[in-house]
Amino acid sequence: MNERRTETLVVTLVTFTNLFIAFFISGVVIWALGEDPWFALKTLLYGAFGYDEALGYTLYYTTNFIFTGLAFAIGFHCGLFNIGAEGQAYIGGLAVGLICLWLENWPLWLVFPLAVSASIIFGGIWGAIPGYLKGKRGSHEVVTTIMFNFIASVIMVDLLSHVLRPDGQMSPESRDFAERVWVPQMHEIFEWFGIQITQTPLNGTFFFALLCLILVWRFIWYTRWGYEIRTVGTNDTAAVYAGISVSRNIILAMALCGGLAGFVGINEIMGSSHRIMLNFQAGIGFTGIAVSLIGRNHPLGILLAALLFGILYQGGAELSFEVQAIDRHLVVLIQGLVILFAGALEHLFRPQIEQFVRIITNVEKTEQAVSPTVNN
Amino acid sequence: MWTDIIVILDATFRISVPFILAAMGGIFAERSGVIDFGLEGKMLGGAFVAATVAHWTQSAWLGLLGAIGIGIVFSMMHGYASVTKRGNQVVSCVAINIFAMGLTVVLANAWFHMGGQTPQLPKGARFLPIELPFADALSEVPIIGDIYSKLISGHSVLVYIAFLAVPFTAWVVFKSSFGLRLRATGENPLAVDTTGISVNKTRYQALILNGILGGMSGAYLSTAHLAFFVKDMSAGKGYLALAAMIVGKWRPYPAMFACLLFSILFATKDKYQHEMQIMMQGIVPAHLLNSFLEMSPYILTVVFLAGFVGKAVAPKAIGQPFSKEK
Repeated sequence: MNERRTETLVVTLVTFTNLFIAFFISGVVIWALGEDPWFALKTLLYGAFGYDEALGYTLYYTTNFIFTGLAFAIGFHCGLFNIGAEGQAYIGGLAVGLICLWLENWPLWLVFPLAVSASIIFGGIWGAIPGYLKGKRGSHEVVTTIMFNFIASVIMVDLLSHVLRPDGQMSPESRDFAERVWVPQMHEIFEWFGIQITQTPLNGTFFFALLCLILVWRFIWYTRWGYEIRTVGTNDTAAVYAGISVSRNIILAMALCGGLAGFVGINEIMGSSHRIMLNFQAGIGFTGIAVSLIGRNHPLGILLAALLFGILYQGGAELSFEVQAIDRHLVVLIQGLVILFAGALEHLFRPQIEQFVRIITNVEKTEQAVSPTVNN
Repeated sequence: MWTDIIVILDATFRISVPFILAAMGGIFAERSGVIDFGLEGKMLGGAFVAATVAHWTQSAWLGLLGAIGIGIVFSMMHGYASVTKRGNQVVSCVAINIFAMGLTVVLANAWFHMGGQTPQLPKGARFLPIELPFADALSEVPIIGDIYSKLISGHSVLVYIAFLAVPFTAWVVFKSSFGLRLRATGENPLAVDTTGISVNKTRYQALILNGILGGMSGAYLSTAHLAFFVKDMSAGKGYLALAAMIVGKWRPYPAMFACLLFSILFATKDKYQHEMQIMMQGIVPAHLLNSFLEMSPYILTVVFLAGFVGKAVAPKAIGQPFSKEK
């Protein structure tokens, strides 16, 4: 076993240990509330996978978390802590909605790329402003992005209750888009191939999310821009000596974060609700932090972690429905624990795990060394 | 006009309490070299525990004690992750904030089934306004009487505690020997270590003070300002306090004035919203004006942080875990 494989094994074990601790503590909370943690876990898993519809919802939530997970990861590679995916998704979603309202007579193959670009621009600007303030003025991005979440929320409430709300409608929402510009739902896509599946909010955006994962992976590790961003994140002094502009890369990374977060709007607004709604992004942005940290900021890890949180969201909804004492916000609590153990305390058990791996690999080596002689 | 000023300043004092308490807590942590974005979580946790304990025991004081307790628990979690285990301090803070967001609602719903709210506290179980001595007798005296009986008297005890916390913090940080250690730890931990003082112990002591003040700021929200806890009740106030602390350059009195500035904004908005709408009629639609007023504290925070009001220099060793081996 070579160095790299040992490291991968250690990292995987560390990640799973941290996840286990986070879930264990959540189990203790459930137990303290007077409920049975095992029953809760079974209900949760059944709620996430038990039937066709559940699986569809799980993957639908996964799509959102892929976007916000990536939105956090790019910033993290640049040494930034973008907790503003919430607001960026909100504003990006606004752009998606406006394009759909405006161009609803156009064909989808034209509207879709335009909506994607619009959400990149709007979400990107919403991310780039804190990026600019960080790069040029040194204001900490954690506070500024949180403030931009609040500002985004006020703007959206204002727009939805006074500008986009049709006359005579009570709820602060825009009108529905024409069906022409809806992203095809998964059951429709499967029907093209003659396969029947249950109708759920899961839609074609899922494939777009997978594409984004690949693009981000290529971008971060195989392009000059990605290299520059990683350099700034690892050592900004070294970056300056290498002729890399720190502030430019911070702004770029934050803009990309914002753009990716904005794609939540494609899944939620263009793919599912088909109108702009209040708080469609609620909680998705914060979940992205946990997703990215537990996925070690790598697209493959983010995919798996997004799936995990998709399960928690859908299963958690089922659980809170079944068990009155357990609230949906249990997922938020688990997120907090996951961020604590996978982020801040990530090295808590690393020494022990490293030793454990060393023992295993040594055993293998000695076995290999010994076994030929035994055979002879 | 005079009564308006009194009314606005009176409201300003009441609004500023959680900001001031949290900002003083932030000063202790950050002066010792530990980043504290977790004020929001401590405030939220403190608000929930104070309201819950006060409801169960019918005593606001026990509620306050509970809030201080949860504040310390959160700041010790932060300390364990970022001081002992030398983890990323910002990540730890965000974890605490999100954990608090989830925990408070989960517990509130499990115990009270009121959609993330706790039951309304009766008069005996919350902090009520106290009349200072001679407030009645002096109220007839012009100017001084108004200031004393309407502005200074008639607040809950936590308001006075908050304004006493400022000179207390200033004294501890700048005049006591603990404060000297505290500041040295935040600026040059290695030097502190060579004198035989434990850097980590000093940081933990600072974090305990930070937890006490952070929890108290939450207790004020749910047992004095309002009489119950609602989900997400802190609504960014912890971050605003942090911004005020940064604008105040990590000094108690300037930080207090920055907090008062935020609060006067809130107070003026509450008082004059309607008048402003009438004044701006035909020029700016009412809803636009309201939204602008609504977001103005957040914009102001960003402007503050961007250093458009003078450059802020943080303690030198902030955010760096201390290790002797280095």
